[in-house]
Amino acid sequence: MSNIINIRVTTEKCSGCGLCIKSCPFNCIALVDGVAFIQESCRLCGACVSVCEREAIVSESKNEKTGTIKYSGILIFVEQRKNVIAPVVFELIDKGRELADRLGEKLECVILGKDVKQQAEELFHYRVDRIHVYDSPFLEEFRDDPYSELLVCLIQEIKPSIFLLGATSEGRSIAPRIATRLRTGLTADCTGLETDSEGNLLQTRPAFGGNIMATIECRNTRPQIATVRYKVMKKAERVSAYKGELVCRDFDEKSIRNRTWVKKVAEAQGKGEASLTEANIIVSGGKGLGNPEGFKLVKELADVLGGAVGASRITVDEGWIPYPHQVGLSGRTVRPKLYIACGISGSVQHLAGMQTSDIVVAINKDPSAPIFRIADYGIVGDLYEVIPEIIKLVRELKEQK
Amino acid sequence: MEIIVCIKQVPAITEVRIDPETNTLVREGVEAAINPFDMYALEEGIRLRERYGGWTTVMSMGPSQAESALREALALGVDHAILLSDKAFAGADTLATAYTLACGIRKIGVYDIVICGLKTTDGDTGQVGPGLAEELGMPHVSYVRRIIDITGKTLLVERSLEDYYEEIEAPLPSLITVTKEINEPRLPSFKGKMAARKAPIEVWNSNDLGGVLDRFGIRGSPTQVMKVFNPQPRLKGELLQGNPKSQADQLVKRLVEKRLA
Repeated sequence: MSNIINIRVTTEKCSGCGLCIKSCPFNCIALVDGVAFIQESCRLCGACVSVCEREAIVSESKNEKTGTIKYSGILIFVEQRKNVIAPVVFELIDKGRELADRLGEKLECVILGKDVKQQAEELFHYRVDRIHVYDSPFLEEFRDDPYSELLVCLIQEIKPSIFLLGATSEGRSIAPRIATRLRTGLTADCTGLETDSEGNLLQTRPAFGGNIMATIECRNTRPQIATVRYKVMKKAERVSAYKGELVCRDFDEKSIRNRTWVKKVAEAQGKGEASLTEANIIVSGGKGLGNPEGFKLVKELADVLGGAVGASRITVDEGWIPYPHQVGLSGRTVRPKLYIACGISGSVQHLAGMQTSDIVVAINKDPSAPIFRIADYGIVGDLYEVIPEIIKLVRELKEQK
Repeated sequence: MEIIVCIKQVPAITEVRIDPETNTLVREGVEAAINPFDMYALEEGIRLRERYGGWTTVMSMGPSQAESALREALALGVDHAILLSDKAFAGADTLATAYTLACGIRKIGVYDIVICGLKTTDGDTGQVGPGLAEELGMPHVSYVRRIIDITGKTLLVERSLEDYYEEIEAPLPSLITVTKEINEPRLPSFKGKMAARKAPIEVWNSNDLGGVLDRFGIRGSPTQVMKVFNPQPRLKGELLQGNPKSQADQLVKRLVEKRLA
């Protein structure tokens, strides 16, 4: 019995020559899109590893499995769009720096995109030791295939013990592909990251819509991969000088698999409209508004406070406001500094999407509404009487300034 | 068109409690249902068959009780139901789950599109869909809110990302995960319910699937849950009294103190 626990193909190196297909005694290698693909029937015998002339087939043995010795460092995926780095990245860097210092390891970042060197250099001000840059027009738009493929190759080469991504749409779309390819553990949407005495990552996350918390470990495989929720961790502070290393990585576009194509892109928000997940203040409306017109008042309050408009599921289902505004289990999970719930009773599903907000204000006619149980400030009353008063007071305040 | 929809049976979310003595989830007497996000996947799977012809197969991995979820799916109008059930599958994390489903789908052999819900309400990871696509060696498009068209071997969909939408072209077979914007799930008809009662459900165990035993269930799961606990309850809030003007006044004062206004 061999000690092999995993065999995989580095598609970048594979020439599609087919030598491995002939070598496999179990007939389980096929050519898919011109590269070798090892099927599930693989018995992990290792015959293919030795015949490959380009060293494209790699095996991992059991001894390597406890590869905490070989795997070292923390790697962070720097998500960017239109050359603006996603704000969650600065929180990942702060946490990554803390973990790296504690473990005595390096903090590395990887950025993919077009003309992103300047953004990469800026990251040195956040005490990053090494930054890997994949800069190419080919990477201008986010696409699952090439992004995950390049990240897999990088991870196989530099072997970090921890790999962190933001729990954004993009992060949560590529992380499972990467973890599956590397056959390692992935924990979604973490709100806490610590290390145990052996240096394993303790990943804490909410489950069941935030009704319970779970701490998860990945002890026997590396890297330990986690996506991390935005606005939970502290943002890294900018320092004036820090000496790190920039590594520009060339790659052959043709060797990178890409099967999906972006045909059209449309922005979800109007100009100047705050996005729900990034807003520091959210004013949300529920069924208690009574009619779609009620959202005008909600929007007025949001505008005067400089916040975004949220909504409960029922109002979206009724067509009072579009889906991107929906907060809750089947909508967005938000964590603003201030969440004002207007005419929202507070179903378990709605609370799941907003109960980690710093301050919750509830305005509702019904004193027994569940929202009051989690509200820091509760106002029992008619929102059509209370909200105009709040708007008036905030406006007066602004004028005084 | 051969359509496969993957679903999971989950405890109804309002019922979740932790046993304070054993620190585990209380599952007894908790009602189980199809994961709400999977209802959109099922509906889309049925609509695609109505639009393009072919068969819609629903697949789930779970204990034998999960059969009731598959019956619900049959009542809605899917053609075949397959349950992957074996002690060896127990304790699977998302990697092992994706692997097991991939073995099941490979056994079916022919498929043009695999549809998954956005995430489940219990695990809440959204990882099985893209992981399954990787196991099957096919591309995936996540967060699909509209299938625009399928022509020949090409799929055109609209996907919703963080703050923007994309129109994406993908080849068949592909896997998609769908959001609740994609459709409005139907209710089962009386006729459908009656037919579903008697419809056969295939049950496949690890032997039927083949595959590497070490990759199923807890043995094939690199992540382990070390601890489960209740989140810290929020501190008790303050009810602001008085008439609307005074309530508003108190609130704004507090917001100013906290530098929020």
